[in-house]
Amino acid sequence: MAAGFDPSGRLPDVFTNAGTSSFTTFLSRVAPEMLPGRRPLPPGMAADLAPHATTIVAISATGGVVMAGDRRATMGNLIAQRDIEKVHPADAYSLVGIAGTAGIGIELMRLFQVELEHYEKIEGAMLSLDGKANRLASMIRGNLGAAMQGLAVVPLFAGFDLAAGDAATAGRIFSFDVTGGPYEETGYDAIGSGSLFAKSALKKRFRAGLSVEDATRLAVEALYDAADDDTATGGPDLTRRIYPVVMTATAEGTRRLTDTETAAIAEGVVAGRMENPGG
Amino acid sequence: MAMQFYASPEQIMRDRSELARKGIARGRSAVVLSYAGGVLFVAENLSSALHKVSEIYDRIGFAAVGRYNEFENLRRAGVRMADLNGLSYDRRDVTGRALANAFAQTLGAIFTEQSKPFEVEICVAEVGPTADADELYRLTYDGSVNDEPGRMAMGGQAEAITGVLKSQHRADMSLAEAAKVAVQALSSVGGEGGAARTIAANQLEVAVLDRQRVGRTFRRITGAALTALLDGEVETGGQAGAGGGAEPTVPTTEAHKPTTSAGSADLEDRPAEGGER
Repeated sequence: MAAGFDPSGRLPDVFTNAGTSSFTTFLSRVAPEMLPGRRPLPPGMAADLAPHATTIVAISATGGVVMAGDRRATMGNLIAQRDIEKVHPADAYSLVGIAGTAGIGIELMRLFQVELEHYEKIEGAMLSLDGKANRLASMIRGNLGAAMQGLAVVPLFAGFDLAAGDAATAGRIFSFDVTGGPYEETGYDAIGSGSLFAKSALKKRFRAGLSVEDATRLAVEALYDAADDDTATGGPDLTRRIYPVVMTATAEGTRRLTDTETAAIAEGVVAGRMENPGG
Repeated sequence: MAMQFYASPEQIMRDRSELARKGIARGRSAVVLSYAGGVLFVAENLSSALHKVSEIYDRIGFAAVGRYNEFENLRRAGVRMADLNGLSYDRRDVTGRALANAFAQTLGAIFTEQSKPFEVEICVAEVGPTADADELYRLTYDGSVNDEPGRMAMGGQAEAITGVLKSQHRADMSLAEAAKVAVQALSSVGGEGGAARTIAANQLEVAVLDRQRVGRTFRRITGAALTALLDGEVETGGQAGAGGGAEPTVPTTEAHKPTTSAGSADLEDRPAEGGER
């Protein structure tokens, strides 16, 4: 933050000029070291240095979108954290979930939240949903160097599109790769180590026109299937009362299901599997 | 060779002050006051797109009178500074006092170093847990900063408006009462022969920092909600009247587990009502 302090004590020009409405662009001028992609990395693979966040699923439903993530972070064969939170609100109408290197993912997610809020405050209007997805894509692209050394972060982005003509189909999902993206997904998508199994489960169970409530149950079912076959994904932990984080984005804004609500859903899913382990 | 006329520093400062004061006095006024449920901003503003009142951070708002380009410049700087500090430390570490200091330094430097001072007067307001803990800072064109307890008026004829505010305002008022006092104060001047006049709802810009809210507390009151508030049709009490009717989802107080995003409580127009904010 030491960049360009004016001897007179006034805020430097970079603060006051009309220039940009983007916070990351502003940050690249005043404090580039705070941007995840701007740090020089020594050569070599760093993949096993830091915890990895795992599976996230997103499902579009009638009148909104649902995103859920398991609670496990792994480091090699160890469980680094049992109750990490990987699904967060990006702003009032959109959600972001992160998989990959947890530390960089969380930093990127915080930066993305500030980016959206900053634009809204400066311009007096929210970015469009596509605009938000494009911003996130360019932030991921900035991390490409680190990704090539094993510190990859891949988010999943979903939101309620305020510009959509029909509120029923306003829930949209965007996925990304390490080089950016974004790719809009139809119906559902999953990321992270257990995504293969979660997507296979959703492929058979997803139907267009699901209600938001049905979609939350389906998301927890898909996470159960992922945890069933992937060691890095954590299932509902009934003994410790650690349940997946489930969030929705609808016309009313984003909402995180309370612990009581997710507990009820998760216990229902586990009870179902007692009779039929394959779901 | 032409001779430069000597002007004493005193004279220069006086001329600049006069220029700034004249510029500010030409503009329409704004008032900021504490009420039971938060901090209320009311500004007389003919434009609905160019704002005099805006959000800086979770619990900090900004109101200004004077030249738009000059205070807009400071507002951007404030938003950038607040977001930068909030990201590097924590959201709770962004304070109104720090912002007021930065604005004061900036305005002071511009006043002494540049040939033309900023013709603006600014209020930085931070809403606290109780009305006593609210902070209102008045910043003037020369960089002086004052901590105003509970209420303040800016712009042309600010003294007269402050007089009305002083006699009518109490910190435990409801939103509807506070809005009424604010409008009464603003309209007490500027009529023919210095008499009172009426100001229509579409000439007012109204916003609140809502004490009860978690996260971003700033909210504009516009359109039908504003008309209803000023007509006294709805008794909204401590809770600010939600624009559009439906109540926004209420964040839980469960520790570290917000059920809504910081901004979702900031909703004004529902997409069903046209899809734009």
